[in-house]
Amino acid sequence: MHRPPIRLALALACFAGAAAGPAVAKDTGLAYISSEKDSTLTMVDVKTLEVTGVIKTCKRPRHMKFLPGGTQLMVACGDANKADIIDVQTKQSLGTFAFGDDPEAFDLSPDAKTAYISLEDEGALGFFDMATKKLSKSVPVGKEPEGVITSPDGKLVYVTSEVANKVHVIDTASGKVVANIAVGKRPRRFAFNADASELWVSNELGASVSIISTKDLSVKDTINFEVKGMRADDITPVSLAMSKDGKTAYVGLGRANHVAFVDVATRKVEQLVLVGKRAWGVGLNKDGSRLFVVNGLSDDMTVIDTAAAKPLKTIPVGRVPYMVVVDD
Amino acid sequence: MTERAGQQLVAALALGLAAASLHAATLTIGVLSRADDERLDPKRVELGYLGQPGGPISQAVDMAVKESDYELGDAKLQVKVDAVEVADAAGAKAALQKFEKGGAAAVLLDLPAAWIASSATAVKLPLINTADASDSLRASCTPNLFHTLPSERMRADAMAQTLMSRRWQKVLVLYGPSPEDAERSAVAQASIKRYAIKPVAVKPFKLSADPRERALGNPLLLTGGTDYDAVWIIDSDGEFARALPYRTQLPRPVVGDGGLFALGWAPHFERFGSPQLIRRFEKAAHRPMVSQDWAAWIATKAVLEAALEQPASPGAAQVMKALTRPDFVLDGFKGVRVSFRPWDRQLRQPILMTDGQGVVAIAPAEGVLHPKNVLDTLGLDQPESRCK
Repeated sequence: MHRPPIRLALALACFAGAAAGPAVAKDTGLAYISSEKDSTLTMVDVKTLEVTGVIKTCKRPRHMKFLPGGTQLMVACGDANKADIIDVQTKQSLGTFAFGDDPEAFDLSPDAKTAYISLEDEGALGFFDMATKKLSKSVPVGKEPEGVITSPDGKLVYVTSEVANKVHVIDTASGKVVANIAVGKRPRRFAFNADASELWVSNELGASVSIISTKDLSVKDTINFEVKGMRADDITPVSLAMSKDGKTAYVGLGRANHVAFVDVATRKVEQLVLVGKRAWGVGLNKDGSRLFVVNGLSDDMTVIDTAAAKPLKTIPVGRVPYMVVVDD
Repeated sequence: MTERAGQQLVAALALGLAAASLHAATLTIGVLSRADDERLDPKRVELGYLGQPGGPISQAVDMAVKESDYELGDAKLQVKVDAVEVADAAGAKAALQKFEKGGAAAVLLDLPAAWIASSATAVKLPLINTADASDSLRASCTPNLFHTLPSERMRADAMAQTLMSRRWQKVLVLYGPSPEDAERSAVAQASIKRYAIKPVAVKPFKLSADPRERALGNPLLLTGGTDYDAVWIIDSDGEFARALPYRTQLPRPVVGDGGLFALGWAPHFERFGSPQLIRRFEKAAHRPMVSQDWAAWIATKAVLEAALEQPASPGAAQVMKALTRPDFVLDGFKGVRVSFRPWDRQLRQPILMTDGQGVVAIAPAEGVLHPKNVLDTLGLDQPESRCK
């Protein structure tokens, strides 16, 4: 993750005490891949596209997110019921802490003081205080909450329920559910468009993406995916990424083994790029020229040239890779 | 609340009676099981035969209702689960009529095939068979009778596909002495034929240590004298089949009711989010979630989702309408959407191949094709079914 130094200094000044990282963030030029069956993160050099090594972490690492400052990567580990903080400069764990039961997806408030975490077994969204490392609140939602995303202003947090087929919208100040939005079957992950006026949510068993208007909290569009020679049942979209310019959305189509390039303005699928088995997590590099797609059932990661819509290389990573975060 | 009462409620709301808005509609789900169920005798359950029930289906029903509490609360829909036990077919018929009169939206059945066959047509409300696998029940084409447990033929087709995909094309078929075994053996042989597997021999076995009957009871003698790639055993009781693996004359795998099983669910399945469902069930019922539990759970989910489409009037008519709609699909935690086949009302679904430890394969096997829905390669497809 890259931030201009001035903004970074400001950010650190604001959250002094919370962040313990080095004063100056340096982009590592690496992509970090979490793999469900390994207790490690795989590092891949973004330029050479070679694996440079692994970082030990807790059991069954899945969701990852950089803390402000861009030097500490927070990892949720499902089987360990923990989160780990990795210092990407030293490639060492700074320590783990209890982080709910079977944690999977989470997001942070803009000030990184609160982590919002889906508590799957409980059917709740947890508010986790990052200073005390304690759950401060839990808001009941539909069963098996999964994807979590915080609005850029931090006032709302959105969470999907895989069982209720809804997106729950929670006011972070009051902890109240302000809307339940019916979307497609088994909603999973989110991405905002460039100005955050739209929230895209993938429906794994709906073979679709629902587009929610963040102004009136209702579904304004649905994109149904089709892949030639495949049936709707084979198309299981999960992970999403939005290009920096906001013009293109990249959607991993799961078992369809393709990534769809969607033109945000027209909602049209412009390209379908073949990747490995069960395209799961997707991530972009900083200038958006490369899309990284981890393939959950072929234990590898495909790197795509986004301008040409062509795969460049497929790199073996860990067992059952889940997510990729690019830090170039 | 009956459907008519529901309509009255809507009318009351329309009239603007303030108090009416406080009342939630009620959805009644009936659960009909057999009294003194010998399959659930603790001594039998203790043996843990794969493919056999592990406890009352009401535990899965309750869990399905509980996991929907958020949506139900949101829709102001109250659910009442009414569990009744009956002793025979006549009792089943009377209970179903009582459920219908009482305004139940659907009834889940954990009854023998014969009881269902003789009572299902006495009512119009949707019935969901969650526990009987017999194909004859599917072939009855009763319009209000749905099935969530995979049929025997679906399981046999899944096994045949798995054997085919392994290139284990020569099988020795052994079948037990009960009438059920004979019926299931015929189904297995139909699947064997469909997938062009060669049955090198079809032999009866008998659970006996009598030296005079050793040709029927001795695994070495039963499995000797011929070559085969696998032994497919049909043993509805389970005791003989359980002891067959590792006791065959040739070092070959055993499949069917011993060794590798084709089941609707397995408690160690770890894909498609299933560990969460399994954990939820174990927490609630204090036992592993087996195929019959999955069938009861998905049946309840089907009724709830159908009712939630019209939460103000969640009656039998609404549930029937939704369940028979071709686009009514459910998430069964098996990776693909599952739905009811319009011809015989069977829930199409993937089948898990398990040895009781892990899930080693999922059917439909990779490479098996179908012009419409590959799940319809398991069980009787539309052109083969008697039902239209």
